Amino acid sequence: MFGIIMQRMTVRDALNSALDEEMSADPKVFLMGEEVGEYQGAYKISKGLLDKYGPERVLDTPITEAGFTGIGVGAAYHGLKPVIEFMTFNFSMQIVVDEVISVWDFRWVLLKLSPVALQSWLLMQAIDHIINSAAKSNYMSAGQISVPIVFRGPNGAAAGVGAQHSQCYASWYASCPGLKVLAPYSSEDARGLLKAAIRDPDPVVFLENELLYGETFPVSAEVLDSSFCVPIGKAKIEREGKDVTITAFSKMVGYALKAAEILAKEGISAEVINLRSIRPLDRDTINASVRKTNRLVTVEEGFPQHGVGAEICASVVEESFGYLDAPVERIAGADVPMPYAANLERLAVPQLKLLFGLLFRFLTAKAFIWPFVEDIVRAAKRSCYRSVPMAAAA
Amino acid sequence: MILGRAFEDMCAQMYYRGKMFGFVHLYNGQEAVSTGFIKLLKREDSVVSTYRDHVHALSKGVPARAVMSELFGKTTGCCRGQGGSMHMFSKEHNLIGGFAFIGEGIPVATGAAFSSKYRREVLKEADCDHVTLAFFGDGTCNNGQFFECLNMAALWKLPIVFVVENNLWAIGMSHMRATSDPEIWKKGPAFGMPGVHVDGMDVLKVREVAKEAIGRARRGEGPTLVECETYRFRGHSLADPDELRDPAEKAHYAARDPITALKKYMIENSLASEAELKAIEKKIDEVVEDAVEFADESPLPSRSQLLENVFADPRGFGIGPDGRYRCEDPKFTEGTAHV
Repeated sequence: MFGIIMQRMTVRDALNSALDEEMSADPKVFLMGEEVGEYQGAYKISKGLLDKYGPERVLDTPITEAGFTGIGVGAAYHGLKPVIEFMTFNFSMQIVVDEVISVWDFRWVLLKLSPVALQSWLLMQAIDHIINSAAKSNYMSAGQISVPIVFRGPNGAAAGVGAQHSQCYASWYASCPGLKVLAPYSSEDARGLLKAAIRDPDPVVFLENELLYGETFPVSAEVLDSSFCVPIGKAKIEREGKDVTITAFSKMVGYALKAAEILAKEGISAEVINLRSIRPLDRDTINASVRKTNRLVTVEEGFPQHGVGAEICASVVEESFGYLDAPVERIAGADVPMPYAANLERLAVPQLKLLFGLLFRFLTAKAFIWPFVEDIVRAAKRSCYRSVPMAAAA
Repeated sequence: MILGRAFEDMCAQMYYRGKMFGFVHLYNGQEAVSTGFIKLLKREDSVVSTYRDHVHALSKGVPARAVMSELFGKTTGCCRGQGGSMHMFSKEHNLIGGFAFIGEGIPVATGAAFSSKYRREVLKEADCDHVTLAFFGDGTCNNGQFFECLNMAALWKLPIVFVVENNLWAIGMSHMRATSDPEIWKKGPAFGMPGVHVDGMDVLKVREVAKEAIGRARRGEGPTLVECETYRFRGHSLADPDELRDPAEKAHYAARDPITALKKYMIENSLASEAELKAIEKKIDEVVEDAVEFADESPLPSRSQLLENVFADPRGFGIGPDGRYRCEDPKFTEGTAHV
């Protein structure tokens, strides 16, 4: 095919156009959140929507995460299709009760409540609605009540915003049955996945990334069409390769692609998989890739323990054990709350060090640093150059 | 108040020069509330604030140098560069935060007040009459945590004063658009505590009300809700374009600038001369300049600081492959140990 003209679109515009088109196509879709209306969106994702659809469909809320999350779920129970925006997914953790001072009042509560309601007390309240009223409802009501709601907002770290604004919640939500968890990278992903999420009859947690909003990606005419949709549960192979598989999602896909370029110059052909969907995880694509390359490096921004990489590793070990030529390498965020000081924050993003000659685990211990391209390159090489099996030859 | 204003203006300058980064929320215009309340406190009394906490820190006694260094992300900052603009803590001055989330500080403050009562009644420290002040904004007053804490503080008669800095705007959301009944002080009596409204642009009026409220708490009579009508002259943060606020409204409050008002009052009542006031301003300018210099010259945190303070007991990092606790391996904190 020749003569395809590719337009360029920022992720912000991709999300905005997706919201616009879905709201236009279905009057049951509405947007609710802090600053989404008159302020045009805290990150300008909902720019222009208030003017177009009016205050009944683009609702500015007071600062009441637990409240409006619950209200959205209730609306979804009755067939409306809310899109709830969190200013950052850190805010979805809004705690309503300070457990330190109320702990002894919980004793009688614990005795009286059923196990489902029990969890509600112990969890933080907006996440409470996402998990307990949204994710579990279809199951608890035996299919009578489905919850076609989308929770979206920036996830993970930006720059210099400190410990309470920087956590990645992908693995928290992905561990919950009943939820679908998506993490777009490019504009195509953003458009297609958001449209799919809004049309989906189940609750979807849509994890965006603040630093990606301004990035531009090429989009084809197909992507710009208003019926465009990306299937949920299907990963995308961004770059084909044959020596090592690198899985990533959201901003880390960009890093993985850069790492793949660097590796290519060294003669290592890396296959980069953009997960797109954290739950359901596309285990099929990942395993097929590992069976081809025999090596795996997982990359994520979040904390290492119980992270997305851990689940991928488990899946590959379970289904493709015989195909692995090297242990799985996990690159994850620093196992510390995000420091404010620029150099500490960056420590995890080490400056360009020419360490390509190093083939051993060295310097920044992999689980304690902020993932950066160099780390992905190093991990991929470790994986490729390890040819002696660890188990003693019998 | 002058220190607060000069400091915040310097923050803006430093931010635009790239010395400060991330989210920075300035307090210009609200100085009367911070000064009016915090200057009445003892060192052992606690203050809990929000992300707009620089001036609360300064009022409580945290040195300007320490706050400025923290904002620059240097190791000499009050939190060693680990907290940043929104997370100011000082055990020495009993400033227990600095919280980024709306409403998050209120339960924490209520807990601090609780601990004061507990120490007096259970641990029998008879002279423990420490008071806690919780500062938060109008937007927070629609959040569940606020109501839960009003209830519990009144129920248990905790020594706390809830200070609402009602500056009418929560980023771009007007208080009138977000609140069913915009008179926040009325929410106090609903929970069994007095609710007071005061002109937050007049430091002397704020101080009068503060004296009463803090006195009440100290005598063990329970909490008070004080709504201070105030205004922030700048945007929500340095990244906020501030397009939604009516210039007429801004002008109205600019005319009620607490610093200008107090100056006028002092001169008219012969409490100070113009020259003396100018001298104060000059001195403050020097303090702020010195703070910037100090912060500039301070070192960045060292690499080994990354893993410090994650746990109070660093054995929380677990046992390493060699069977010993990871924290006992010096290479661990330097980041050179392999995992």
